[in-house]
Amino acid sequence: MEGKRDWRRELPERGMHGIFLACGLAAVVFVVGITLYLVLAGLPAVLEIGLWDFLAGARWASTAREPSYGILPFLLTSVYGTLGALVLGLPVGVLTALCLSKMAAPRVAAGVRTAVELLAGIPSVVYGLVGMTLLVPVLREWFDLPSGATLLAAILVLAVMILPSVISVSTTALRGVPAEYEAASLALGATETETWLRVSLPAAGSGIAAAVVLGVGRAMGEAMAIMMVAGNVANLPGLFKSVRFLTTAIASEMAYAPVGSLQRNALYSIALVLFLFILLIDLLLHVLLKGKRRL
Amino acid sequence: MKGVCVAAMLLCLTACGTRPEADEQTARVMTGGSTSMELLMNVLAESYARDTGGAVVTYEPTGSGAGVDGAASGTVDIGLSSRYLKEEEKGRVVETVVALDGLAIIVHGENPVTGLTLEELTAVARGEITCWSELGGPEEALAFIGREGGSGTRTAFEEAVDSVDRCFYHQELTSTGAVVAAVASNPGAVGYASLPSLNEEVRGVAVDGVDCTEETVRSGAYPIQRPFLFLTPRGGEMGEEAAAFFEYATSGEQKGLYTLAGVVAAFG
Repeated sequence: MEGKRDWRRELPERGMHGIFLACGLAAVVFVVGITLYLVLAGLPAVLEIGLWDFLAGARWASTAREPSYGILPFLLTSVYGTLGALVLGLPVGVLTALCLSKMAAPRVAAGVRTAVELLAGIPSVVYGLVGMTLLVPVLREWFDLPSGATLLAAILVLAVMILPSVISVSTTALRGVPAEYEAASLALGATETETWLRVSLPAAGSGIAAAVVLGVGRAMGEAMAIMMVAGNVANLPGLFKSVRFLTTAIASEMAYAPVGSLQRNALYSIALVLFLFILLIDLLLHVLLKGKRRL
Repeated sequence: MKGVCVAAMLLCLTACGTRPEADEQTARVMTGGSTSMELLMNVLAESYARDTGGAVVTYEPTGSGAGVDGAASGTVDIGLSSRYLKEEEKGRVVETVVALDGLAIIVHGENPVTGLTLEELTAVARGEITCWSELGGPEEALAFIGREGGSGTRTAFEEAVDSVDRCFYHQELTSTGAVVAAVASNPGAVGYASLPSLNEEVRGVAVDGVDCTEETVRSGAYPIQRPFLFLTPRGGEMGEEAAAFFEYATSGEQKGLYTLAGVVAAFG
């Protein structure tokens, strides 16, 4: 009798455990599968073009009669675009986080937090659409350009897009700063502003670094919004030039690249480069978060 | 227990994944060639399948050159090409022009320039003209907007203005709609788009004095256009199914499908 009841309880329990495990393994299978596929699909073109010519070649003309497959313009554009978005988005994001976690009255904070959450929920194609119809014509007017679809437009859109992740991660980090640190600083005569900037921020340093890395990952991986505002010409980057990012290079040519052609394989290679970039950033994030736990 | 669970899940997945194999009995017409004709062939194939109750027309986007070879060697029933045959190819296959793909040159609605010559257009495409004042327009910076590499529309335009791989773009967009939208929002923009995608937001300009309309494209007066060809082997008979599809695709009743695919039907 006793044994039977145990069996009845254990069977569904075991079954559920099996399902949980299967779901957990699914994520692993997908990551491993995608990695393997990208490496297998991305290597042939790199080998055919040559690693140096591929990474450091300044001319991309995949469909020209004498094709050229250099992705330096895309690499530099992705790096510049991401850095630009950070330069603009990070100060705003971190100061918003300070406001939310330290300064704002609860009601104000709740309002701002809702706004930030909504910002995070806006699909990237909507960012692109707004950028394309509002931002691009305005930039064209202001800077007297032939076309406003430039690296600058992409940077501005990306800066807004990374705000939510920067804000939410920095807010969490700033909330985690022990109250004693701040109390001690205030007791020693420092003003609130001095305390927040000199004590709270450095104490939350590793968490804010994590926010930076998360923002970089987001900016690096964005394709849709950028495709609509950056012009997509494979130029070496310049603030007022039409540029193509790693992501948009893949997206804009995939449709017409014949299966099995060097062009299509080279697009896979770009995907591999992008993947390695993001992987590197994730590793960095991992290291930073570990450092935070030790604090 | 774990094993049973996993097995049950796998069974579930396989059950969902099974698809009825295509019926080998159904008539099959194989076409292949020009990548630019993909939209047209999809539209034709879909409509043909509906009207005949499931006849299958396959399409391989292999390029116009491969379309000629395929038709000549019989690996496809109907070869597809988006350029006229070269002299040496004419002995091997017979060409039938089914459609003409006219590219309108579009500018912003407020742009006062109403016409360009082919030479001016070439200079614009190559980035040699940077201001509309050089073309009799206002002091407005000129932005040349086109399609991404690999697009058949881009190839057609660059060939028409003799600037293949020499064009200087301000924006390379991935669809005709995006080009139209970009031109509509930029007073200094000039771009190209297939004729049926024109709308009231942008204005087409005449090239060498000829407006881009269905009539001028069909008569050949409008210079920026290319043909879509069906190719059949010279001296060989088409199979029954292929001939039926050929007839269907070139009958006057299907003109609407060509418009839907963004081209001008060359017949009727």
